[in-house]
Amino acid sequence: MPALLIALAFLGAWELYTVLSDLDEFVLPPPSAVARSLAEDRGLLAENFATTALEMLAGLGVALVLGVALTTLLHLSARARRGVYPLLIGTQVIPIVLVAPLLVAWFGFGTGPKLAIVAVVCFFPIVVPTLDALERIDPDRLKLLRTLGASRWQVLRFAEAPSALPALFTGARLAVAIAAIAAVLAEYSGSEKGLGRLVLQSIPQLETARAYAAIVVLMTFTLALYTGLTALERRLLPWAVAPPKGPSA
Amino acid sequence: MLEDVSHAYGAVQALERVSLRAAPGEVVAIVGPSGCGKSTLLDLVCGLTVPSGGRVDGGRAVLMPQRDQLLPWATALDNAALALRVQGLSAKEARAQAHPLLQELGLAGFERTRPAALSGGMRQRVAVARTLLAGAPVLCLDEPFGALDAITRADTQAWLASALLRTRRTVLLVTHDVEEAVVLADTIVVLSPRPGRVLATLPNPLPRPRATTDPDVQALRAEALGAMR
Repeated sequence: MPALLIALAFLGAWELYTVLSDLDEFVLPPPSAVARSLAEDRGLLAENFATTALEMLAGLGVALVLGVALTTLLHLSARARRGVYPLLIGTQVIPIVLVAPLLVAWFGFGTGPKLAIVAVVCFFPIVVPTLDALERIDPDRLKLLRTLGASRWQVLRFAEAPSALPALFTGARLAVAIAAIAAVLAEYSGSEKGLGRLVLQSIPQLETARAYAAIVVLMTFTLALYTGLTALERRLLPWAVAPPKGPSA
Repeated sequence: MLEDVSHAYGAVQALERVSLRAAPGEVVAIVGPSGCGKSTLLDLVCGLTVPSGGRVDGGRAVLMPQRDQLLPWATALDNAALALRVQGLSAKEARAQAHPLLQELGLAGFERTRPAALSGGMRQRVAVARTLLAGAPVLCLDEPFGALDAITRADTQAWLASALLRTRRTVLLVTHDVEEAVVLADTIVVLSPRPGRVLATLPNPLPRPRATTDPDVQALRAEALGAMR
């Protein structure tokens, strides 16, 4: 609630400033103009949003599937960890801003290269905390499972994987937060559709309010994804979110 | 079961020529100060570690670790049933088999409760249920009451004494509490500080149930404590 009040106060001050100063609307559009653009350009915004949302969701999906598979492999095989983990860190020092235009040059203006860029960027924050959680299991718990006669696969299934799920959710939330940035960056490098391209196009056309409207749409979507993930975690992992208080004797 | 067993971690000698026997159905308590290699001994019996010297034999042993190690995401019933799940039973079958034991252990009504909402004593009972369901002939209890407060501890001790009496499994009970050993065990093995050596093996023929206030219990406790000095 206080966050909402601060946001409203900020928007109010912004509106007031644009009215009192004689800045041109294309330099700094007032929030009311952005709201008007949201309504008037909704067809255009929706069309471009669909493209960006697809890039983000598919990229996140790919990052999640590959991330979980690779995390499991790295956890189970020390050899894989020695061989692959340094390469994985290597992918993170690729200056993606520079490589993005090359990807577009190779693969064209379609969704493919955007999806790849989102996946590469989102993959790392999923792998790192999850692998960390898998490696940090109480050794006594592993001892217990071994004396119960559990196989390596059963240890993973009954003890390690569930205890790493909260970390996987944390990673997924981080990934969502940067997926929007990655998608827009990919679109800046060359695309035919998408909110990033709309922003890039609107500014030279002096349709600044529309650029802001596109940003609002993207922010709202990211926030919704983030909130959705948090709600899903609460529902699926109640034991990890808020340990219920019980009788103490 | 243990014959002349020694074990070293690198340069640290944890156990030195330890021999001990437990007859089927016997409760053997291993007492000693911190760092006497008690936990190492249980690791050896459970087959988690191969001794540097000597021989360990006996049946399959299941460990009940110091802290209960219940899985926080699983219900009381599923935690107990874990021992059956790893034997390849389906979730449904495992629950059906674990359920009567939980009821017998006084946990009826808490089957669907997660560990965080159970009291320390109840968690310990779930851990005992899991240990019993593993079906191993030898149970290794590592400081089973270490995490409990004094009152819960006394209750759980009395309860475990009667539960052990009924199951007739071979039990190795590691503790630093000599009184606990006297109340629960048929034989008390006293270990020295590191490197752990057997200082005394005291038979405990006292009739059950044993009260801590019983003069015979107190006398045996004094004898065990005397052996440590």
